[in-house]
Amino acid sequence: MKNHIPHLALFAALAGAAVLQMFSPQLDDYAASILVLIGINIVLAVSLNLVNGHTGQFSLGHAGFMAAGAYASAMVTLSFAPVVAPAGPWAEGALFAGSLLLGGAVAALCGLLVGLPSLRLRGDYLAIVTLGFGEIIRVVIQNTESLGGARGLEGIRPYTNLFGTFAVAALTIYVVACLVNSTYGRGFIAVRDDEIAAEAMGIHTVKYKVVAFVVGAFFAGLAGGLYAHFITFIAPEGFNFLKSVDVVVMVILGGMGSTPGVVAAAILLTLLNEGLRDFEQYRMIVFALLLIVIMIVRPQGLLGNFRGWPKGKAGA
Amino acid sequence: MDWGNFAQQTVNGVSLGAIYALIALGYTMVYGVLRFINFAHGDVFMVGAFAGLYFHRWLKPLFTGWPAAASAIVILLLSMAFCALLGIVIEKVAYKPLRQRSRLTVLITSIGVSLLLSYGAQLIFGAAPKGFPQLVANHTISLPLGASVTVEQITVLLVTLLLLIALTFAVMRTRMGLAMRALSNNPTAAALMGVNNDAVISFTFGLGSALAGAAGIFFAMLYQAIDPFMGILPGIKAFVAAVLGGIGSIPGAALGGVLLGVLETLVVGYSQNIGIPSGYRDAVAFVILILTLMFKPTGLLGKSEREKV
Repeated sequence: MKNHIPHLALFAALAGAAVLQMFSPQLDDYAASILVLIGINIVLAVSLNLVNGHTGQFSLGHAGFMAAGAYASAMVTLSFAPVVAPAGPWAEGALFAGSLLLGGAVAALCGLLVGLPSLRLRGDYLAIVTLGFGEIIRVVIQNTESLGGARGLEGIRPYTNLFGTFAVAALTIYVVACLVNSTYGRGFIAVRDDEIAAEAMGIHTVKYKVVAFVVGAFFAGLAGGLYAHFITFIAPEGFNFLKSVDVVVMVILGGMGSTPGVVAAAILLTLLNEGLRDFEQYRMIVFALLLIVIMIVRPQGLLGNFRGWPKGKAGA
Repeated sequence: MDWGNFAQQTVNGVSLGAIYALIALGYTMVYGVLRFINFAHGDVFMVGAFAGLYFHRWLKPLFTGWPAAASAIVILLLSMAFCALLGIVIEKVAYKPLRQRSRLTVLITSIGVSLLLSYGAQLIFGAAPKGFPQLVANHTISLPLGASVTVEQITVLLVTLLLLIALTFAVMRTRMGLAMRALSNNPTAAALMGVNNDAVISFTFGLGSALAGAAGIFFAMLYQAIDPFMGILPGIKAFVAAVLGGIGSIPGAALGGVLLGVLETLVVGYSQNIGIPSGYRDAVAFVILILTLMFKPTGLLGKSEREKV
């Protein structure tokens, strides 16, 4: 018997997103904007979880992929929106969807570029190299005048709405869940649990790692596109190392390899972020302490089923 | 070719490289004994600079009538001691409970410690950059070919060299150094031979953090402004230097640091000639890191380590 639950859940979530959109006029702007941020963070955290949690390849460059997607989609809508706008809202919607996909594709290409040379590396070295690639993407944008340089891009149209955000979030969860729970997807978990054993069992570990990187980067690119068309102003500084750490904290708090946990953590941390808005200087201190305490007390995260990396014990 | 400019860029690059080398030594020593990347190391460097600033501020009345060099040495030693203490406390509180866990768990914890230090410093000292006092007289000495070097640069180079010699002595000629090398080689065997691993690890953290603290003061002397986030980028670059030289190797870290400093300065200095805008300065280190890991993952002076199943 085929399992239809994930497909039904996707449709239910899409319908839910549409209903939410219909009720959005009743919501005040602040609540709506928090909901959009929650949706974007869910996309980021779930896609990073595919790389960090399910495949066990610790990446610190997610903000770089997000930047690639954000800039690519923003350039598309900035160039074509004046042409398309007279044709009506549907044409604009199609343009936005197309720009998001293009942003995702550009980010996926960056993911491929990062994934290929990084495959020889494990654990902590990989973490530093992904950090380096993320920073290189940012430095390149910062020095490219046609992308606005350090000043950033402004005047991006506010196309992101509740339906778009939650549709992408639902799609991300659906794709990651189906990928990991399929026969094919067992390979990701095998690579995480023991790379050498997986290789001995005939699993093409290189291919799995690249697929994880590319898919993760694609959705990070979509999240970047949504973010750009929500904030309407993007600058390279917004996609620095600390943004990557934000997403990593969500994945670790939720539990590596646990999609429900990561979604819960994305919601929780977005709300916490808003709650601490008036205490901006304490916000990151709270995050840092959270990270340290979780690692010491509960490294599998709130809802994690992850039993720890198998090899390379520190100090052992 | 303008040799004067080249000489000038090299002098600037070597003095920046000396700072990278001092930070890289801490990474390499900690990696040697615990096999993990201590992300918070760059922030200990930042704390060193702030400690220097505040020790100078508080002790200024006591220093009246002292020669500038003596007060500078006192401030340097106090800041190094403060950073050593900080490093030992960080290890005891955050890393020791994780001794038997995977290195990635410890890496993530060290990211947490790094954020805690930089945002904690922001809370205490404010986000705006602070000026750093002049610790040694600021003369410029002319070199042949039209280049010049400041007294500050010479001081940084000489003291770095002195610290390197002292470190080599400590590691190669003392009992603690012997224990460090034994622990790095095989922790279990070292413990069986009567080495107190916890004490050695504390000592290593203390030593590495003291060097980072000295680097913080040197950086502040050369660039005259410090802020709570100054540690992140030099910290990561020093890690690149450690990888370039061969992680775990002390001469490698020194060599990698100087090479990286010179390369970075040359890329910026000759940005027009080679067609790389100077804004790409920060990307140089990452490109070097990726190339090193692709073509010579053991680094220039490192030993290869086979992964055991």
